[in-house]
Amino acid sequence: MNVYGKSNLQRSSMGCNNMRKLIVTFFIFFSIFTPAVYSAIDTFEFENVEQEKTFHDLTKVLRCPKCQNQNISDSNAELAKDLRNKTYELVKQGKTEDEVVDYMVARFGNFVRYDPPVTPATIFLWLGPALFILFGFLVLYKQAKNKARREDELDSVEEIRLQKILNQGDKK
Amino acid sequence: MVNNRKMVILLVPLLLFFIGCIFLFKGLYSDPRKLDSALIGQPVPEFILQDIYDENKQHDASIFQGQKMLLNVWATWCPTCYAEHKFLNQLATQGLYIVGMNYKDDRKKAIRWLTDLNDPYQISLFDRDGMLGMDLGVYGAPETYFIDSKGIIQYRHVGDLNERIWKEQLAALFDGMQ
Repeated sequence: MNVYGKSNLQRSSMGCNNMRKLIVTFFIFFSIFTPAVYSAIDTFEFENVEQEKTFHDLTKVLRCPKCQNQNISDSNAELAKDLRNKTYELVKQGKTEDEVVDYMVARFGNFVRYDPPVTPATIFLWLGPALFILFGFLVLYKQAKNKARREDELDSVEEIRLQKILNQGDKK
Repeated sequence: MVNNRKMVILLVPLLLFFIGCIFLFKGLYSDPRKLDSALIGQPVPEFILQDIYDENKQHDASIFQGQKMLLNVWATWCPTCYAEHKFLNQLATQGLYIVGMNYKDDRKKAIRWLTDLNDPYQISLFDRDGMLGMDLGVYGAPETYFIDSKGIIQYRHVGDLNERIWKEQLAALFDGMQ
């Protein structure tokens, strides 16, 4: 009786474990394989896979001027919808990714790009970190050099002591 | 001499700190939602749009030639435009030439709006699909473009026009245009 009860208990706890494993597996499976959720309301049809890829890439790198900090694929703003439609139209016409980006920049400025171009105003974004590191090394180098020099030099008391030791050596 | 050099080197971080402060302080008072137009210094893009009152009447970019003017982008779905409308009427009575562009809207509603609230526009364009809006880089309403007599866009104001902002900044800008 007792034994049965125990085994029953074990079995039921095993079942629970399995269930949990199953749920976890499902959870992981669906969180990995869920297709990226593009705004579900628009359905775009493409002639080939490349065009579809270009379109999806573009909607990710183009930034919505209305809902700032969202790309046009994420944003539900009316304007983002317009930009998606325009992007679709241009991609359908066979425009390349760069051409579509140029089209948008000509109208909305560099703001629509998540990847800013190198201009005199933005060059600091690239050079800044490099200069900062360079400056750090320069300071380190200077410090190391100063320290080395200080260790090499003897002050007057040490000089006399050294002379004494040397003299003693001579006498012996 | 050595001390002086040391002082200068020690002042560098302080200087960087102050420069950072200036940038951050400026950030406090700038509105990130107000973007400069990409079309400043360029002519108004080509377009053909219907007149809001008359489907058979069409306008093109040539209407922006000959005198300096404002191009006001508005819609009946935009509450700020409602607030702005009174001031536009006021500007129109002062003799400013204003072209209206009804943006992504319903023609009937727009005409009712203009009849009820007065029409400050010399010409009213009807841009139902936002075609000219797209070419102008309109990203909301209201927006107002300052266009000189050669049809070149000189400035874009995002948000409503009102007495305060007009007096403080925009009047001088408009008067300064050729």
